[in-house]
Order: sequence, then C-alpha cells, then structure tokens
Amino acid sequence: MAINKVVQNAQEAIEGLKDNMTVMFGGFGLCGIPENAIAAIREKGTKGLTCISNNAGVDGFGLGVLLESRQVSKMISSYVGENDEFERQMLSGELEVELIPQGTLAERCRAAGAGIPAFFTPAGYGTEVALGKEVRWFNDKPHLLELAFNAPFAFVKADKGDTAGNLIFNATARNFNHAMAMAGKITVAEVEELVPVGELDPNEIHTPGIFVQRIFKGEKFEKRIEQRTVRSKS
Amino acid sequence: MALDKNGIAQRIAQELRDGYYVNLGIGIPTLVANYIPSGIDVEFQSENGMLGMGPFPFEGEEDADLINAGKQTITALPGAVYFDSSTSFAMIRGQHVDLTVLGAMEVSEQGDIANWKIPGMMVKGMGGAMDLVASAKNIIVAMMHTNKQGESKLLRQCTLPLTGVKCVTRVVSNLAVLDITEKGFKLIERAPGVSVDEIKAATEGRLIIEGDIPEMKL
Repeated sequence: MAINKVVQNAQEAIEGLKDNMTVMFGGFGLCGIPENAIAAIREKGTKGLTCISNNAGVDGFGLGVLLESRQVSKMISSYVGENDEFERQMLSGELEVELIPQGTLAERCRAAGAGIPAFFTPAGYGTEVALGKEVRWFNDKPHLLELAFNAPFAFVKADKGDTAGNLIFNATARNFNHAMAMAGKITVAEVEELVPVGELDPNEIHTPGIFVQRIFKGEKFEKRIEQRTVRSKS
Repeated sequence: MALDKNGIAQRIAQELRDGYYVNLGIGIPTLVANYIPSGIDVEFQSENGMLGMGPFPFEGEEDADLINAGKQTITALPGAVYFDSSTSFAMIRGQHVDLTVLGAMEVSEQGDIANWKIPGMMVKGMGGAMDLVASAKNIIVAMMHTNKQGESKLLRQCTLPLTGVKCVTRVVSNLAVLDITEKGFKLIERAPGVSVDEIKAATEGRLIIEGDIPEMKL
C-alpha cells in the first residue's frame, strides 16, 4: 500500500516549525507559491526565519506577509525588492539579505536533495559573488565552489497531488517547487486538488512522493498576478 | 539618426538563425521577439521554466500559473514545454541555449558586463543574469551607447559591480554594432545616418575602425 502523507490542514502541516529555522519556499514571483503555508506561519507567529526563496513577495502577499509581521530575519534570494516593506527593512538593517545567482540557487536546492554536498559553477566568477569562494578551473574556465543548502523545512505548491505525495505542477508554477521539494528534510506540499493514490498517471508525475513528507489540500488559493500584461483583440 | 529601442531590437533580430533557442532578458531584449525574420523558426526560453514562449495573452485569458522571467503573463506556443528551475539552468549552463540577449549598464572592451547593481541604490538582485553570462557562448548586449548624463557605457573598464567577465560577444547600441575583440570594440556597423566620429565620441573604450563602416540595414 502507498504511504499516506495527508495532513488535515496548513496548521498541522507546519507542525515542528520553530523560531530561527531555515525554510525554503517554492515559487517564482507570486507564481506557484505556498500561500496556505505562508498564512499558517503568519498565524503561528514563528520568528527569526531564514527564508530561501527566489523572490520575497510583494507588500501584503506571498512572503511579503511574513516580512510585514517581522517573522523573517534573513532572505536568501536571486531577485527581491518588488516590495516597499522589504526595502525599508533591508535599508534599516533589520533584514539580512543574501543575493545569489538564480541558477546557483536552484542547483543548491537540487544538490541538497540529491546528496551532493557541493558543486562547481561558472556563475559569479569575477564578481562579488565569488568573494571567499574556492575557484577551480575546468575545461579552461574558472568555476566557483558552491554548497548545497540545508533546510529542515521546504514549503511547495503543486496543482495536483495524491495521498502518497506525488505531485503534478501547472505550467510555469513548477519553477523552484520541484528542486525545493527534493531538498527539504520535511517537505510540505499544498495542492489545489488532492486525489487518492492510483488516480495520477505515473507517467505524468513531476515530483515523486518520496520527496514529500506532508501533503494537504489548500483551503484557498488567491493566485495573484504580479504583472498583468495583455494584448488587445483588435 | 540614432536608433530607438525598437530599432535596436530590430537589428538584434537579424542575428537570429533558424533553429536557435534564445533567451531574452528584460527591457529592450524582450522587444526582439517582435522582429523575428520570416522563414525561420526560433524558440524562446524563459529561465523560470519554459521553452516555446508566446505573446502576451488576450485580455481575460491571463493565467497566474503562466508567466515569463519578468513575471509578466504570457502564452505558450504549440510545442512549448515547462520544466523546473534546476533543469532550466542546466539548459543555460550546459550551453544548450544558442543566443542570449540582455541589457547592460556598462560593457568593457574585454567583454565584461555590469547590469545588476549600482552602489548606493536599492539592489534588487542579479536574477539569472550571472548564470547566463557565465555560460552562454553567444551574448549580445542591447543598450543605449551613453547614459542619461551623456557618458559612454562602452568603457575600458567597468566601474560598476560586475555581472560577468570576458563574456559579451557583441553590442548593439542605438549608434552602432560592435564586436568584442582582443584589441577592443570593433566597429561593425553604424546606425543609419550616424557618423564614425559620433560613435568615436560616444565610446570611451578602445575602438577599432577598419575600412569603410557600413550602415545597418533595417
């Protein structure tokens, strides 16, 4: 029988989350973010979090919610600052920010999940990202040594999942969710649709359930659009 | 006359070849998609996780789950594919992307590029730019030749924090097309009606001028 990973709600899903932990959040901008886990963390009031997330949300939505309530002490991201409160906290020194190249961010997640403690990448050589890092040359090119992340919790969002934690994403909402699901010691997946095992076609599953420890159906998904761009029909 | 942003994009589009996978940065590079030469097939990669990116959706057809790397709502063309971020950067680092077009604040005559940070200003981050410039084999920079103060952005050495070193292959500005060579910026083409002297005056880095420099054909 398949292992049942279902928890009843977001509150139960974040059990064990403690102050000062390092936590991953899937998503790119506001696309594919774990909205329900973020709301539950806000409610629980866990503080001093180091958040690994490509972006930092916007005022009042996404990780912006946890910034507003001062629950985040450090952000590890590739692109931030679509967010006045973020900017204010960063400039005042309340919030520590570590910016790293996006591909390095993704690979540090993947490596963590794949049992690779470190890897070499050319990204950032010759820039301030390289400060203090070991450089080695391969194929006549310089590379930086980068370390895998270590995150006790990863919060991800998928379109569909089954009770065994197998996940299917929709369109570009996959982004960091897959690699972060691999990386988390406890990976919590929230899904729009939760189905019994056997209903997902094994050929179509993006993230195998072995990477997911807890799964729940999100109560509500607002799925806000950050940059609505359209063309006219005429 | 110097080119506008659309003119720069139009000129860069002439660099597209049939079968190219292309990554376009935010700003002027995005406009390149509007000028794909007829008769060739190219596919656009968006580093947040898709190939086969299409135009913006019609009003009412936006999908929060379908965005580009600039977080704008977009559409998918037939044959499109979605993937996760680590796979996306495997494509980039693994040199599976044929052409990368991005904007810059400064480019040096060695091909160094600065486009992510201005000291003293709010820093938003490098996003995927450092991964792109460190790995891509063909990097075209789309930029204005001078900044708002009229100072050259094509320099001997970049003054701003770098995004990558010795990586740019070609610059297409509002004034000229220039290649990065061992000896400096080699002038390839002039914008229509722009003289070699005007380009010289606007270029702080070493400029190599060999023979007659043709005008761009747009």
